[in-house]
This record gives sequence, structure tokens and C-alpha cells, in this order.
Amino acid sequence: MIRLTSVMAVAAACFMPFTAAQAQQLTVYTALESDLLPIYKASFEAANPGITIQWVRDSTGVITAKLLAERDNPRADVVLGTAATSLLMLKSEGMLEPFAPVGVENLDPRFVDQDEPPYWVGTNAWAAALCVNTVEMEKAGVAIPTSWADLIKPEYTGMIVMPNPASSGTGFLDVSSWLQMMGEEEGWAFMDALHKNIATYTHSGSKPCTMAASGEHPIGVSFEFRAVRLLNEGAPLAIVIPSEGIGWDMEASAIIAGTPNLEAAEALLNWSVSDEAMAIYAQNYAILANEALEVQIPDLPADLRSRLIENDFEWAANNRTAILEEWQSRFDGKSEPKN
Amino acid sequence: MVDISSGMDGLAAPPAVRPKSGRDDRIMLAFVIMIGLYLIVALALPLGMMLWKSTEVRSFSFAAVEAEVDTGAGFVALGTLEASAARLGLSDEVAQARRGPSLTAAQMFPRGNFEGEPVVGARLRIVGDMLGGSLEIGGKKFAQDEWAEVDSTGLRRLVIRAGTITSFANFKEYFGNPALTQSITNSFVVSLVTTLITVFLAFGFAYSLHRTCMRFKGFFQTIATVPILVPSLLAGLSLVYLFGNQGLAKGLLFGGSIYGFWGIVLGCVFFTFPHAMLIISTALRISDARLYEAARVLQASPTRTFFTVTLPGARYGLISAAFVVFTLTITEFGVPKVVGGSFNVLALDIYKQVVGQQNFAMGAVVSVILLIPAVFAFAVDRYVTARQVALLSARAVPYSPAPDRLYDISAFFFCCIVTAFLLTILLVSQYASLIKFWPYNTELTLRHFSFQGVDGGGWASYFNSLELSLLVAVIGTAVVFVGAYLVEKGRGFGWARGALQFLAMMPMAIPGMVLGLSYIFFFNNASNPLGFIYGTMTILVVSTITHFYTVSHLTAMTALKAMDREFESVSASLKQPMTRMFSRISMPICSPTLLDIASYFFVNAMTTVSAVVFLYAPGTTLAAVAALNMDDAGQIQGAAAMCMLIFYTNLFARLVHAGLTRALIGSQAWRKR
Repeated sequence: MIRLTSVMAVAAACFMPFTAAQAQQLTVYTALESDLLPIYKASFEAANPGITIQWVRDSTGVITAKLLAERDNPRADVVLGTAATSLLMLKSEGMLEPFAPVGVENLDPRFVDQDEPPYWVGTNAWAAALCVNTVEMEKAGVAIPTSWADLIKPEYTGMIVMPNPASSGTGFLDVSSWLQMMGEEEGWAFMDALHKNIATYTHSGSKPCTMAASGEHPIGVSFEFRAVRLLNEGAPLAIVIPSEGIGWDMEASAIIAGTPNLEAAEALLNWSVSDEAMAIYAQNYAILANEALEVQIPDLPADLRSRLIENDFEWAANNRTAILEEWQSRFDGKSEPKN
Repeated sequence: MVDISSGMDGLAAPPAVRPKSGRDDRIMLAFVIMIGLYLIVALALPLGMMLWKSTEVRSFSFAAVEAEVDTGAGFVALGTLEASAARLGLSDEVAQARRGPSLTAAQMFPRGNFEGEPVVGARLRIVGDMLGGSLEIGGKKFAQDEWAEVDSTGLRRLVIRAGTITSFANFKEYFGNPALTQSITNSFVVSLVTTLITVFLAFGFAYSLHRTCMRFKGFFQTIATVPILVPSLLAGLSLVYLFGNQGLAKGLLFGGSIYGFWGIVLGCVFFTFPHAMLIISTALRISDARLYEAARVLQASPTRTFFTVTLPGARYGLISAAFVVFTLTITEFGVPKVVGGSFNVLALDIYKQVVGQQNFAMGAVVSVILLIPAVFAFAVDRYVTARQVALLSARAVPYSPAPDRLYDISAFFFCCIVTAFLLTILLVSQYASLIKFWPYNTELTLRHFSFQGVDGGGWASYFNSLELSLLVAVIGTAVVFVGAYLVEKGRGFGWARGALQFLAMMPMAIPGMVLGLSYIFFFNNASNPLGFIYGTMTILVVSTITHFYTVSHLTAMTALKAMDREFESVSASLKQPMTRMFSRISMPICSPTLLDIASYFFVNAMTTVSAVVFLYAPGTTLAAVAALNMDDAGQIQGAAAMCMLIFYTNLFARLVHAGLTRALIGSQAWRKR
């Protein structure tokens, strides 16, 4: 018996090194796509030996709620790649440390906080897109939608999935862009009509596109990066940029005020706007904060930048809570069983 | 807990024959206190904390804040926020705090306007008790009577923070929201239907195993326990692949949808089946052949015999199984998470409130609601189990079934159908994890097992889970066995051992989600000296051992009860210290049970999500939680791959367990007579 326990203890000890503490650890909260995290981590850590990134990844809404909940006892050092509307909220909560990263002057001013020094900097934009499963659309014998207005047509009943704006940044930019494009009254009326065609509201902004890709629900309201990724994995998808214009937000980053790892945090922000990092973003994102380094993405329209709506981030940040509350009272309460 | 030993202590006192008792007693008391303290810190205190938190309500104190606004003609007094709430579009203090724990001036003056006029400036000051809240501009706090003033561009930076009051407003809010209370009905109906189906299937299965002469009993028995080896959400994933809109067998639903009620029921039947089957098996195994003989002599028909002998004999097993299945289903969250669709249940609500909205107080309220049926089911189960023991009389003759062709063949087909269901669920996930792109490219590939570019942490999570499971198996077994030994074989301190027994039974009544949430409240608290374990592997080990404590404790108790108390008497009269008795006699005799407990801990630590889903940190992500997160992001094939990895690991652990048990029994010469 003693032999047995010692064998088990040794076996347990073999796995200990996995939790051993390493050099300097930077806890980074992020809403970036998980496929990209290892690439960013490798690039940053190669340029900054001695600092390791510890990711906490979740949807934009969850990361925002988590940061707000931990306000008095913050556990994050940096928030990387999270919607600017969320960072504007954190800024007004006094949770961000102002810092001007090296090379910030090369960025499009729309991507940088207006204060001097800025409280946050954006690195690239991500934009709404429809993922439409061509195989299933053909089977169902319906046309591929080309505009937001198309989505409320009766033939798409039960075919559409969109992310819940309370948890997903993509969901929120959709709702906020509809309200800005159509005006509040018409915007809510559009969503009421759309609600009739929605099969389910998902937690993450990627899931509608993966569901469209697997044909589970053929039309996903999602964003361009995930659509391109799945198309390249062999999914039978058409990427539709609705004709009225598309909502967008940026992957923005900031330092959490009071972090004990300020220098490492600054190094990460410097890296995030460096040409090297921009080159990595350019592989997946068509619109960068540093326009000079943009590269055309083959599966997206070349004029994507001009399709973006004029997004009023200040308005979106100020009204985020009220918009979400209205959305939840209209559509979340209806998420009971139908019979 | 006044038992024989304390009574004997009382009798033996006058001649004072208590060899080595002083030292032994001290050691025992020390251990009782240690394990008791462990259970208090790991269970009782966190639960108490959670109950208290469910009554904690964020609230603004509008009466304590005065406002003035400038729309171009200088500052105009608006009085307190309470007086001007309607003009500023504010709801009542608690409802406003629920929207967000802070309120900015920008929210009071939407689009920078006040009653149609553009705002040039605004200022607020504290004039009363803020209930712990504060008034700030960009993080800088303002003192009593000091004006906090901003111009039109700074409205968003002028913030009032909510304070905290104690009230039942959370419960009121909960019961006032039909979307939330709907979950209570949903949970009950799902659990009832699942219980009926599972108990029916499990009874038929166990009956076939113990009361017929059908063939391949060993095979059936092995397959029936497969669901224990996989995370419950695997059933959900497989159901999507089988009956989803692109499902392999979608036609079987005749246009119905798997998302919702029936999806949850089917998934829960899958993972609760082995638990019910094992309990009913125990009940059917111990019946008395003399009753059947009597029935035959009295010329009772087989049907009559079934209803008057078999069913009553197994009734305690059936009731116990029903309550176990009911509890497992009502506290389950993996299956509804994957196939629930918009069908909300209580356990899922806790997750949504805590992880999705970070609304911890409301999570605590739902937890309290979920505790009620769980505790009730637990109490009934304990009552019934205690009665079952009394049923066995010493003169009972074990029953052995006689062959009956028709009977045996129908039993065989019944078991075939059930095992086919179980195996289909398992194999569908295996298939889905191996094909390239569901459902359009069915070429085989291992790429989903690389876990590259998916959520959840990939292989690192797997190794974390392995580490957790080994630690839980080793430490958990030691703690549980020592605890059970003290309760069963200890002398004296009747009250302490009684308290320990009570604490050891408690975890069974506590749903995992509730345990996890109460750990957040207790350990993620700046004033708790044990707070440093939050976010480490230690808190995962502690929570997992606690979560699965009761069943292990009962297993150890059963083994120890089977040992004659004379061992202790002899050892005491030979003046041997208790520690030697424990390591030389009790441990070796119980070593197969120790292996059972270790294997139970290991397998459950690999598959559990409910408690740990609230407690893992970036460095301690776990495999089953990773599967859950992958499903959340739509990476269902990756999730299926992770579940299969867990399955193979548990299968391997079970084989090691079987091998070790054989080797152990073979090496102990006294077992052969």
C-alpha cells in the first residue's frame, strides 16, 4: 500500500511543473479571437523576453462586466483587443491608466482616445458581415439576402442566428449601428420584425457564423474575420456585406490603472501598435489603425472601408446600458418556450 | 450519534483499563478537529457567506445627493436626486443600481440635454448618508458638501457609485421576473420526466441483469457505466449531431426540434442512467429466495409475484434511485447549456447570472432556490437508505433466477436497445471529432485533437485536469478514509464524531454550481486570510474533494462497518497504539475500497464542470470546462474531441484500477483460504 501511494505521489509530482511560476506574468483580459492569441503571444514574447502573457479570454460583454465587477480589486494588468465602446465605459469609471504608446502618431486619429495622453488606442477594426450557407439556401430554394432590410422577409423565418448584444461585442455593434442608421424608432421596429425570423441568440459573435458554416442555421449575423476564416476552412459560405452599410468597432487596448506591472504593460501597448504587430493584424483584418500597412483580403470587397457607417462611439458608450436594457426587455423576456 | 463505544467508555471507567488511551485519544481528537475544520472552511462557511450575499442589494442613495444644472443661464438647483428623479429619467434607487452599479451624469442628461435644452455644465454634491457609495470624477472621490462639477464634455466622467444595503429586494426582483421564475417550472418538469424515464429503463436493465439468465451480462454491465466516464455535455453534443438541423437522424424527430425540453431530457437520461442502474442493482441483488418459493407454492402468477414480491422488495432502491436522478437532473447544467436552446433551467440561470452578467447577488438568489429541492431530495434519500438496511434478514437465502427462454430473450433485447442508445451517443461524438468539416467534408482527420486556435486552453487544460484528478484522488482518498475511520472506529468524543458525520453528509445536498459560487464569495474576499488560494490549483482540489466527499465517505464507511470491532478490542488489549492498528490492519484490509474511492475521485474530477466552472483561472483551465467554452464559441467538433480525450483517460484509469485491485488482492495472502 505504501508503495502504491508513493507511486501515485510521484505521478502527481510529474505534473507539478505545469503550475510552477514563471518570469514576469502579465494578466491580459481580451475579447480577441482565440485563434489569434497564440500568434500575438509568440510575437510579443519574442520581442520582450522575460514577460509572459496570461490570457483571460471571453466575449466583449463578459470581459467588460468582469472588469467592472473587479473594479475595487482589479486582477487584470492590460485589457487588449476589446471594443472601444467598452473601453470608453471603463475610462469613465476611472479604471484606465493614460499612456501614449511609441508610434501612436502614425495611427488614424479615429482609432485613438481624444485625451492627451490617450487612455486607449485602437489597432484594427472589425465589422459586421452576414455568413450565408450557399448549400442550404439552394436546398431551401430562397435567395441570398443582400441587405439588412432583406433579413425581415418572411422566407427567412427561423433561418437567422445573431449574437446576444449583452454578451457579444459583435451583437452590440449590430444593434447600435441599426439604431444609428435607421433612427431609434425605426431601428427598434426593424429588430422587432427581425426577432420573428431569428432561430436563436448566441453567446458569442463567432457562433452564428460557425452555425451557418455547418448548416445548422443557414444565415449568421457575424463579422468579417470569422467569415473569411471559415470560408478558407472549406465551409460553403457566401460573405454578404449588407448594402445599407455596416456597423463596426475596433480592437482597442488600455492599461488598467494601478497595475503593479506598469512597465510590462507599457511594453505590450507599444508592441500592439508597432509595425510588426500591424503586419500580423493585416493578415486577417482589412482595416488597420495604421492605414499605410493595410493589405487587401481576397475574400472581402476592396472598398470595405467605405462601407463602414459613421460610428458615434461616444453615443454608443453613453447609451450602452440603456440600449441593452431595452433589448433585453424586448427580446430576452421572450426567450421562453413557445408552447 | 450516541453509540456503543461511548457507552462502553462509560462502563469501563471505574477499573480504568484504557491502555495508551491518553495518547491515542489526543491523536484522534486532533484528527477529528482537523477534518472537521476542513469541512467547515470548505463547506459550511462558504455556504453561509452565499446565503448572506443573496440578501445584499446595491442601491443608490438619491436623497443624499443634490444636483444643479447649467443650461446657459447659470446653475439652477434641482434639489436632491430623489426629488428630481422623474425629471432626470431615473428609476427607483434599487432598480437604477441594477442597471449598473454606477450612474453617470451623461445618463441623467441623455444626448447632453436637459428638458430639451443643451447642458453647459452640471454639478453634484453629497448631502447625506451614501450607504458606502461615493461621488467621483474620473476616479477622484469627493467629500461631503463638496461640489463635483463638470462641463458638457465631462458628463460621462461624473459618476455616482451605488452603496450596499441588506434586504430581500433580490428575491422580490427574482419572483417578479417571469423569465426567471419560468425556470423553476421548467427545471421541475424536466427533472420529473427524466426521473420517470431513467428509473423505468434502469429498473428493466437491472432486472435483466439480476433476475434473468440472459447472455452477455458482463458486456451489458460494462457498457451501462460508460456515461460515468464522460462529461455530461458530451450527451448534448451528440444529440446536436444526431438530431440538430443537420443531424444524422433528424428524420426521427418528424420536424420537431432537439433544442429545448426533449434534448435536455434525453441528455440527462444518458448521464443519470448508470447511477440509477447501480442503485437498483444493489436493491435487486439482495432479495430473499424464500419469498419466491412461497409465491410459487401459493400458485401466484408471475405477474402477481412481480407486483407483490419483486417490486416491494426493490422499493427502497427505486425510491432512492428516483431521488438521485431527480437531484442530478435539477442541478445539471452541461446538457441544458448545449441543447437547451431557449429552454431555461435553474442551474443554467446561475451560470448566466454569474458568468454572463457578473450579477453575483442574483446568482446567489437562484442558488438558494436550487438548494431547496436538492436538500429535500437528499433528506428523503437518506431516510430511505437507512430503512433499506433493515430489510435484510440474517436468514435470507440468495435468489438465483431459473432459465426461461422467452423471458431471457426479451430481457436481452431490452438491454440491447438501452446499450445501443448509450453507445450511439458515445460513438457519434467520436465520429464528429474525427471528421474534417461537419457536415460537408467527412474525410477523417485528427486535427480537432490539436486544439489549435480554439477556446478553452487546449492541451494545457487537459494536463491541468490530469494534475487535478491525481491530486484529488490521492489527497481526497486519504482525507475521506481517515475521516470515515474516526467516525466509525473512534472511541469517545461522541459529539465531535457526530458533528463530523453530519458535515460529511452535507456535500451531497449541495449542487456543484452552488458550491462553486459560494467559493467565489468566501475566498475572493480581500478580508479572508485564506484568499490566497483563489485562482490556484488548490481551490480546485479543495472544491472537487468537497463536492464528491459524501459518496466516498459512505463507501469508506461501508467497508469499515464490515470490519469486526473486535480488531480494535484485541489491538487495545495488546497495548498497540491506534496508529499501528490503523496502518497494519485497517488500511490493508480496506485497500481495495481505497482504490475504489481514488478511482471515483479521479473520474469525477476529470468530468466535472459545475463547481470548477466558477473557480478556474487563466493558469488552471480544465479539460471539461474547455469543452464547454469551445461549444460556446461554436467549435463543437473541438468540444467533442476534448470530451473523447477525457473518456479515454478515464477508461485508462478504470483499467489501471482493475489491474491494481487484482494485483492487490493477489498479494494479500490472508484473502485466500
